[in-house]
Amino acid sequence: MLEEIGTTAEGDLIINIGPQHPATHGVLHLVITLNGETVKNVEPHLGYIHRSIEKMCESLTYRQFIYVTSRMDYLSSHINNHGCALCVEKGMQIEVPARARVIRVLLDELTRLASHQLWWGAMGMDLGALTPFFHAFREREMINEIMEETCGARLTMNYMVPGGVMFDLHPNFRHRVKDFIAFFKTKIDEYDELLTGNIIFQNRMKGIGYLSKADAVSYGCTGPTGRASGVSCDIRKLYPYEVYDQVHFEEIRETEGDCFARYLVRMKEMRQSLSIIEQLIDNIPEGEFQAKTKAVLKLPKGEFYSRVETARGEFGVFIVSEGGTTPYRIKFRSPGFSNLSALNHMAKGSKIGDLVAIMGSLDLVIPDIDR
Amino acid sequence: MFSLEGLTNSIHAWLHNTFNPTIALLSEFVIVGICVITFFAMLGLILVMMERKVSAYMQIRLGPNRVGPQGMFQTVADTLKLAVKEGLTPDGADRFLFNLAPFIVMITAMLIMAPVAFARGFQIWDINIGVLFVTSVSSVSVIGILIAGWASNNKYSLLGAMRSGAQIVSYELSAGLSIISMIVLTGSLQISEIISSQQNGWWIFKGHIPAIISFVIFMIAVTAETNRAPFDMAEAESELTGGFHTEYSGMKFALIFLAEYANIFIVCAIGATLYLGGWMPLHIGSWTGFNRIMDYIPSSIWFISKTFLLIFIMMWFRWTFPRLRIDQLLNLEWKYLLPISMVNLILMTLVSIMGWHF
Amino acid sequence: MTAEELKIKVTEVLPGALFVEGGEWLTVDLEPAVFLPVARKLREDAEMDFDYLFCLTCVDWKTHLVMQYHLSSTTYRHTIVVRCKLDRTLPEIDTLSHIWRTAEFHEREVYELFGVKFLHHPDLRRLVLTDDFEGWPLRKDFEDPVNMIKL
Repeated sequence: MLEEIGTTAEGDLIINIGPQHPATHGVLHLVITLNGETVKNVEPHLGYIHRSIEKMCESLTYRQFIYVTSRMDYLSSHINNHGCALCVEKGMQIEVPARARVIRVLLDELTRLASHQLWWGAMGMDLGALTPFFHAFREREMINEIMEETCGARLTMNYMVPGGVMFDLHPNFRHRVKDFIAFFKTKIDEYDELLTGNIIFQNRMKGIGYLSKADAVSYGCTGPTGRASGVSCDIRKLYPYEVYDQVHFEEIRETEGDCFARYLVRMKEMRQSLSIIEQLIDNIPEGEFQAKTKAVLKLPKGEFYSRVETARGEFGVFIVSEGGTTPYRIKFRSPGFSNLSALNHMAKGSKIGDLVAIMGSLDLVIPDIDR
Repeated sequence: MFSLEGLTNSIHAWLHNTFNPTIALLSEFVIVGICVITFFAMLGLILVMMERKVSAYMQIRLGPNRVGPQGMFQTVADTLKLAVKEGLTPDGADRFLFNLAPFIVMITAMLIMAPVAFARGFQIWDINIGVLFVTSVSSVSVIGILIAGWASNNKYSLLGAMRSGAQIVSYELSAGLSIISMIVLTGSLQISEIISSQQNGWWIFKGHIPAIISFVIFMIAVTAETNRAPFDMAEAESELTGGFHTEYSGMKFALIFLAEYANIFIVCAIGATLYLGGWMPLHIGSWTGFNRIMDYIPSSIWFISKTFLLIFIMMWFRWTFPRLRIDQLLNLEWKYLLPISMVNLILMTLVSIMGWHF
Repeated sequence: MTAEELKIKVTEVLPGALFVEGGEWLTVDLEPAVFLPVARKLREDAEMDFDYLFCLTCVDWKTHLVMQYHLSSTTYRHTIVVRCKLDRTLPEIDTLSHIWRTAEFHEREVYELFGVKFLHHPDLRRLVLTDDFEGWPLRKDFEDPVNMIKL
């Protein structure tokens, strides 16, 4: 491994961060070159959880492969499923019923909230504040319970199918979500009190891990990471899918491009997601929850690409079809992979503690990177 | 009225009446040694339990509640687990130093116990340079940490130890200066005299603003010196996994862990002695009636409750603040705390000379 | 810019460019020889300004490999798909990592899964697989009797 890195100057220290390390939130392996406390180079070594989902999908039918995608970005599994379902629908030209579209958006936003809550807790933990984690989990638990009731799973949910959703909403869904909104609205202010305003926290985050707008675009950073650098990259606004063009929400952007900007984008996004859920929860149209589709789906010959906004950024599904029942080639454009590629650029010259803060602010989910 | 002073005096008298002075002194050593070790063990159990309960309270959890009533025996069970664990020494480690380090850390913590006054007349060694003794001996613990980090032959441990070295050495300055500014008021380094000078009120109330500034700086500095969050750079589990004690396991780990809590207790005890009157009950100037009522509460209770109040504050820090970065930590010390405490020392001298305190 | 305008623009850059109809976006097939200058032109031309490479992948068509680049512009919001046919026995193509930085990681991934060699890539090493791994897993003829389960 030493030879791989090439020349190392006298007095440099090479440290393996991971694959088992509290700051990597999974099995990410970083080989970092240190000069004292200063990071000179960060080199990600991936693949510890690489399952070759793309290859696996080549032998699964269009109905089956969606279930595998929940295991990629396990924190936004609904949104992953959604992207895949959209791509199949695009190829088959299936019209999704209005009710299913609203339900999909509702669940997407709940997933985004849960993901951001977990990130918020983990962010605090990366910086040494353990308490936020527990506070975030209290609210996340409510979402998990809603998910469990709706689709039977708490983490790797499989609810979206080509043509709509798998089954209708649970009767408790509406009042549960309403309870959650009322509860979370008070708690999100508590989040700000506990962490956002903290002077130590701000000092640790401000000016750290700067990523300019041009670099963010060049590195393909999307989601909160890109938007914190001022890139307009919210797929929900740019290429609206489902009912995102009918609800009112803002695309949160900051211009600083540092860790604190990324933090603020996510904090503000949580409020936006809450607002989207609030607008839709009383307006779920009646009717079918799933379009009538054939038992065996066959996409016409061609290339299909669909993109959705996950909690981490732009998730793209690229299907090459030969007209059969299984995709000929499938490619998942995962947001985490591109965001990670900017890590070395951001972390160079900072301290070890900053590296941890930068990793936290990127909100890396390793299965999403490895696929 | 219940007093520990009577107990110690009667044991002392009995030993001296029964044996010749040498044997009496030796047996006193033995008794004190046993007491300190027992106290240490108890302290570890109580403080770990307290930490877990406080953190649980802050984190909207219940905390340990299965072993014994209210989970009170959880730490006993943990200690048992640690005691029966294999004491692993890594292959590449310097075996002698690796095994020595926890003892250095532990012995230092025990040594500082000597001049602490637990109650009226209940003190191991009322040395006339008590406070100086505490500050000087406590700086030895950094050697233990450095040895632990170096001997582990682990890059994380080494980084943690180097951080810890830089941190403890720097923060000793402001801790020392804030102690000195209190010495200026009391005029003595002896613990018993410092306490008796607070007969008519605690220094934090009597000493005006300089005393409060010095108290705040002292609390910050000792939090840093004991490697507690938000200054736990040496451990920093999200950066360095476990810092200097990454490679330790079993009883050796327990010793380091215990020493950390003992250090917390001691620095809080010193803080309570300097600023909150040690075992001295809450006295207000010439209110004789009030003072007499306060005297009915045993001095040991006063001491313990003050110390634990300070410990609680330190735990509160730990469970609410994020961690500082190493350069911010040193900036805070060298650019802010040190100049402030120097100016504060001058102010305090002025207060003392002009007799502006109560 | 609409697809038609883009088409005209690309034809200006590369006379006789081969466009593929029927896709969602304008798709252009390039020869490996002209690939790099055209890619650079797409990025640098002020009217096209394709600054965002959002998907880079490869498809194995059994007889040949096809590199697929999805490019988009953050200013004009138009999208183009660039394809490049490669020889299957000795797939080689110029790297784009100095034009779009995100390509560095994506190309490393394609390199180890398809065996496409990216010329002048700054750091072409395996990213997810072990160093001694043999074969190109995402190619259609890859067989791994131990780890692959056939349905």
